[in-house]
Amino acid sequence: MGDFVSKTPILELKNISYSYHSLQGETLALSDVSFQVNEGEFIAIVGPSGCGKSTLLSIIACLLEPENGTIQFQNPDGSIHYPHIGYMLQRDYLFEWRTVYENVTLGLELNRKKTKENLNFVDTLLKEYDLYDFKDKKPSELSGGMRQRAALIRTLALKPQILLLDEPFSALDYQTRLQVSGDIGNLIHRSKKTAILVTHDLSEAISLADRVLILSGRPAHIKRDLTIHLTKSSDSLIASRNAPEFGSYFNLLWEELGNEK
Amino acid sequence: MKNKNTAEMTAQELYIKEQRIHKRTVSLSRFFIFVVFLIVWETASDLGWIDSFFFSSPSRVIICAYQMLLDGSLPVHIGITLLETLLSFFLVFVLGISLALLLWSSDKLSEILEPYLVVLNSLPKSALAPLLIVWLGTGMKTIIVAGISVAIFGSVISLYTGFHEVDKNKLILIRTLGGTKKDCLTKVVLPSSIPTIISTIKVNIGLALVGVIIGEFLAARRGLGYLIIYGSQVFQLHMVIMSIILLCIIALALYQGIQVLEKIYKRHI
Repeated sequence: MGDFVSKTPILELKNISYSYHSLQGETLALSDVSFQVNEGEFIAIVGPSGCGKSTLLSIIACLLEPENGTIQFQNPDGSIHYPHIGYMLQRDYLFEWRTVYENVTLGLELNRKKTKENLNFVDTLLKEYDLYDFKDKKPSELSGGMRQRAALIRTLALKPQILLLDEPFSALDYQTRLQVSGDIGNLIHRSKKTAILVTHDLSEAISLADRVLILSGRPAHIKRDLTIHLTKSSDSLIASRNAPEFGSYFNLLWEELGNEK
Repeated sequence: MKNKNTAEMTAQELYIKEQRIHKRTVSLSRFFIFVVFLIVWETASDLGWIDSFFFSSPSRVIICAYQMLLDGSLPVHIGITLLETLLSFFLVFVLGISLALLLWSSDKLSEILEPYLVVLNSLPKSALAPLLIVWLGTGMKTIIVAGISVAIFGSVISLYTGFHEVDKNKLILIRTLGGTKKDCLTKVVLPSSIPTIISTIKVNIGLALVGVIIGEFLAARRGLGYLIIYGSQVFQLHMVIMSIILLCIIALALYQGIQVLEKIYKRHI
């Protein structure tokens, strides 16, 4: 999997710490988290529930300011700048008062980037995801999987350099979830997008990611940085799950997380 | 089509027929109650069961309305009350939304002002009327301010609550797509608050009428509120009852008007 991945770090986190404050006291959520993400890499972050995975994503997305530490985004040409970050939230949050098309072009509208070129790109994505025929429908007329795909198109329309996925499949039923995560995983790999996926589903992490970061319980730090190499017959998700190494990776992750107790 | 699924069609037709009968029963019953009430009232005053001087009768009310229509005074009174109500309603709408947006834009401000809003909302607004007369004199200005004062505080509170209850994650979504606070307002808060705004409007139109009548009781020379007070002072109770009936009709008409606007709006989205 990692063959085509170039080794340029696009994102670097150094000693990130974050705590939540309340009148009752301070809760340290992240403690001294450091890691690098290379361009084109697909990273999965797993950890016990409530350990601060989503907090970490919010910090990368600049929605939260870290208390300590630095984040650096690096351009392939070496200069440092703020890359566009696409953030897929846990649910699709499609707006019911807009059509599917108006929903997927929301990001372009907000950034005043509704150029012909960008709108053509959206049309291409809609066709690729079999949503083109539904573009004038209201979100309530779509199935759960279709809604999630529409949410992905809304994120991709802005051509982000890094894609952050915060358990984006957790609201789907199991069958749809397998299908959609496979679809989305394939698309991200094919377009060589850099992606960071937060999940509590170990199988999902192993089958989609190039690297899995295991977080400890609160306060979270990186317990293990595991590179995944699967020998698989095709690009499909099922092929990943049938790879001979899958079981041992699963057991390894399970033990790492189980040790917390 | 009809031959294909006759059984289904008949079941459907039966259902539609039942619904139609149900609807007709409801409207006929409503009308029946009204007619019976009028007949009993008229007979009771004709036969002297009730004192027609105090309780009037439908025929006297109609004659009073007819005479006032002929001398042209009734349309003026109705027009004034309607104008004042619509003006107060419009001002409540504009002021209410602006104030609610101001509170939404600053959590600190809304927290500071909350107790004031609650107290002003619970205060019986008729208590303010004498003050308003002293401050603003007797006239349309006082009456419109009275109309606004009845509806404004409740309307700010319910609009602000509506704005505030918008799913926070939708606002985060706007931020992750690179939007500003203004985008949060125009793309999420306002569109998703339309149902709240419509229900507030429906309440406001009635409250504005209440406030205007309170104002007219105390500070007017024209309008239905004035007619009620004047009629009771000169013991022309058919005039009082006629004005009350006209107020019922106006309240109904204003509410229906809002519903028509709501339907037009819903057809456009």
